[in-house]
Amino acid sequence: MASFTTTAPVNVPEISLSEGGRPDRTRLRRARLGLIVAVTPILMLFVSFTSAYIVRQGLPTFDPRTNSLIRDWIPVRLPSILLVNTCVLLLSSVGMELARRQIKNEAAFASAAPNPAVSPTKAKGLPWLSMTLVLGLLFLFGQWTAWRQLAANGFHVATTPSSSFIYLLTGAHAIHLIGGVIALFVACVASSLHRPATTRSIVVDITSWYWHFMAVLWVYILCLLKFAS
Amino acid sequence: MGLVLLIVICIITFTSIFFFLARTWWFPAGAAAAAAALDHQFVNTGVAMGIAFVVAQVGLGLILWKYRDRGSSGGAQYYSGETHSEILVIVLAAIGFMAMDIGVDVLGGHLWAAERFRPAEAGATKVEVNAMQFAWYFRYPGPDGKFGATTPELEDASSGGEGAIGLDSRDPAAKDDIVSGIMVVPVNREVEVILRAHDVVHSFAVPAMRFKQDAVPGLAIHMHFTPTRTGDFELLCSQLCGLGHYKMHGIVRVVTNEEFDKWLAAREAEKQ
Amino acid sequence: MATHEFAAEASHAHAAPQGFIRKWIFSLDHKVIGLQYFFLALASVCVGMFLSLLMRIHLIWPTAVLPFLGEIKPETYLSLVTMHGTIMVFFVLTTAPQAGFGNYFLPIQIGAPDMAFPVLNMLSFWTTFLAFVAAVTTFFVIGGAPLHGWTGYPPLSALQAAGPGEGLGADLWAISIALFCVASLMGALNFITTTLDMRAKGMSLMRMPLTCWAWFLTAVLGLLAFGVLLSACILLLMDRNIGTSFFVPLGTINGQVTAHKGGSPLLWQHLFWFFGHPEVYIAILPAMGICSQVLSVASRKPAFSYKAILLSMLSIVTLSFTVWGHHMFISGMSPYSAYGFSITTMAITVPSAILTFCWLATLWRGKIQFTAPALFGIGFVSLFVSGGVTGPFLAQPALDIPLHDTYFVTGHFHLIMGVASIFGIFAATYYWLPKMFGRMFNEKLARLHFWVSFAGTYAIFMPMHYLGLAGHPRRYSQLTEVGFLHDLIPLQKFITFAAFITIAGQLIFLVNLFWSLKFGAKASDNPWEATTLEWTTATPPPHDNFGGHTPVVYNGPYEYSVPGAPRDYVMQTDPEIEPAH
Repeated sequence: MASFTTTAPVNVPEISLSEGGRPDRTRLRRARLGLIVAVTPILMLFVSFTSAYIVRQGLPTFDPRTNSLIRDWIPVRLPSILLVNTCVLLLSSVGMELARRQIKNEAAFASAAPNPAVSPTKAKGLPWLSMTLVLGLLFLFGQWTAWRQLAANGFHVATTPSSSFIYLLTGAHAIHLIGGVIALFVACVASSLHRPATTRSIVVDITSWYWHFMAVLWVYILCLLKFAS
Repeated sequence: MGLVLLIVICIITFTSIFFFLARTWWFPAGAAAAAAALDHQFVNTGVAMGIAFVVAQVGLGLILWKYRDRGSSGGAQYYSGETHSEILVIVLAAIGFMAMDIGVDVLGGHLWAAERFRPAEAGATKVEVNAMQFAWYFRYPGPDGKFGATTPELEDASSGGEGAIGLDSRDPAAKDDIVSGIMVVPVNREVEVILRAHDVVHSFAVPAMRFKQDAVPGLAIHMHFTPTRTGDFELLCSQLCGLGHYKMHGIVRVVTNEEFDKWLAAREAEKQ
Repeated sequence: MATHEFAAEASHAHAAPQGFIRKWIFSLDHKVIGLQYFFLALASVCVGMFLSLLMRIHLIWPTAVLPFLGEIKPETYLSLVTMHGTIMVFFVLTTAPQAGFGNYFLPIQIGAPDMAFPVLNMLSFWTTFLAFVAAVTTFFVIGGAPLHGWTGYPPLSALQAAGPGEGLGADLWAISIALFCVASLMGALNFITTTLDMRAKGMSLMRMPLTCWAWFLTAVLGLLAFGVLLSACILLLMDRNIGTSFFVPLGTINGQVTAHKGGSPLLWQHLFWFFGHPEVYIAILPAMGICSQVLSVASRKPAFSYKAILLSMLSIVTLSFTVWGHHMFISGMSPYSAYGFSITTMAITVPSAILTFCWLATLWRGKIQFTAPALFGIGFVSLFVSGGVTGPFLAQPALDIPLHDTYFVTGHFHLIMGVASIFGIFAATYYWLPKMFGRMFNEKLARLHFWVSFAGTYAIFMPMHYLGLAGHPRRYSQLTEVGFLHDLIPLQKFITFAAFITIAGQLIFLVNLFWSLKFGAKASDNPWEATTLEWTTATPPPHDNFGGHTPVVYNGPYEYSVPGAPRDYVMQTDPEIEPAH
């Protein structure tokens, strides 16, 4: 049964606002939530590629010439530069994390002294950000080199099913990483233009988690190609 | 409006049911061993679903009529949260539906198992069904009981059945293979079909036999069925395969054992 | 008071844009974007319906010469079939109920000023638009639109020589779908983040209207499923253009040996249907939410029962990822897994049955007002039942054998996915038109539209089940040349004439819609006397949705006929009345 009760007037608590009118922790929380959601379909894409990889590997195909089922999977030896690239990417992840923490401190300091016109610590995170960007580009160049090495050995994208998957998985990863590189570049530019620390902090925070995800994804792809052959 | 809705819903419901009950348009007469049980299972499911259909639709109509807004001052029945009786009804509905599902599945499952979980019997008539854009070719292994090799490179549709499937005459086992444009099988003996497709996915469907199976390029799929009536039965392609999909039909000709042996002997003689 | 800070936040963050381009073309306002999606879906459904009209004409008059189009050849018929399916499933059923109404009303119903990421929202619309352009362009390129069906099974869809339209047309088709996947994923991102993070004070998850839950769960489905379809499209484009062999085995096509070998057509089917089955729930879930909403409003009763409906929707979402193999029982996949899929498919009928029961129970002991939204909600329930009861036939692999790829399947999915969802879209349109445009539609025309559509769609799709029983295969273009089908042509004729009438009936809707936009009676802020947040704000809602103040929610969304209340509805924002919960 319903009843009438007069509810007390709603007490809205005091909230500290920064530019844009929204509380900082709300913006960060929302951005992080958005990132988790955004990463999910990327994960599903690679889950799908993985299942295609596993299925294709084990799949026999009917050979009409012998009236029997044959398997045609020939593993391809991975270029050794891929290991170097992996180290480069993991290193870049370290740099990214350092940048993230540094800028987080910078933002906390800035909001404790709330004068947005003054940015007391001038773009401290920039060196780490730049290092990450350079290492990221180095990784991409290394991947490109790996492709050239594969091609030089006669393994193009359509040569064998295993080579198709190598190009597919590394290529799809690289495309997504380029997205991260663009975000990094934006973060670097924002830093050097002395955008407000809290906004920069959020951009770098999101970019860094995305970057770490890309690094973990790469390690996974490498393991898949190397050990599930 | 409530009454009109009830009437229209009832008309739609009972008209639909009528044509199912009257079997105005129905499966072709069964011609395979599996047909009777399958048709029976269909009817079982039909009864269960028919009851659900009528109850739900007529129930909807009655509710619309009974609880239409007549402009009276009374309100609708409020409730806050789920009372015990409501939870009970939901749970009972869930259990009821689950029971029906399981019952139907258990009954139908063994039909599937009987047809698909076991390989063909020894001594079944082997026929290799070759599907291609837009024709069916049927290959018999000949006296050696083996299917010879085929190669895609040798395929040439203009030179008749053997050319169409790319029969490789260099293979000794291929020399006695018989390729026919019509599938001839003996009655009351299990037929093992080996389904192959040469270009795109096709589907071998014989409605009278209640048999259907996709023919997939890259696979050779072994299935079996047992025809129980003589006659010519329509074979229809049932997987979109291109612009000629509709004209890719064939004939499954079921004959007596003697007629089959005679036909086979005549074709084998032609190969000498 | 502290509310002033919220007001400042709201107006600061959402100063209305100036200029035609920023206001109507590249708008960041979720309401404008919702309308853009709505009108895109409207254009798509007109195209899709036109294609189906041509299909129905061709089936019974295959040699007819049509003005401008000439005679429809078999391959053209198959292109019509392909693009009808593609456009309807993607650009109508996945767009209007979710991206259209969801974009417009999700933020308002939860008390938010906009979606979480407005720029992304704008990009997702324009990507969808680009995908639509790519789809329509397939008709105008060399070779025409592809003929491989909306399901696009390779090798037919992977080999350029497999048929007319399988060249550039098929590439464009795959690109269109890939773009649509990306756009939908962007949209899902917004829906999920907004629902989780931007609800107004007092709007707990369990106080959200069921429409919001439906949009949220649909977005979750999309988030998990569209990535898989995208991967399948990528692999297909690679097979088609750079010679890989993911899906294509060794074989011949058009007399030539293919350059591929070792690929698996079944791999495509698995990937496609892993997406494809959740996709049908993406098409129907928003309509379920809308139905729950309009039936509650129309009956002046709380939806029965909020928790059961929610739990059923959640079960459907979970189970929908486990049933995809029921599209593949006779595909050549393992018969053992077929049996497993059969069990999960049967299981998913249970929440669907519970939902139907809940809708009936919502109407039970109600005080039903037969407004246009209510009529379409009622029609939805009837169609959902009709389409639903033929499911258990197809869910049993043994019974699927004679019924697979026949018109029985076509009748089944059109009723339960196509028409039911369209009725949900109509219900939503009539329900929310007053709020979106500030005008009431013509009630008589709306009722006529309902009757023609209700009877008409049954007349079209119920007979298809009989055709299927008799063994009539799908996607056959020249019925008169197939002796086996001779006796079934009268029934096909009946269906075509029913289609003529039903399609003509949709003109009533178009006339009503566009006439009302201009000349309809002015709508009050709450013409349906409904309780959810969109009815608390101005008509049409201002740029930031609530005119500078953020709503505070006290009640659930279905407080109708609360005993002792002064009116038969209690707004969610109404603090004086607090039903005992």
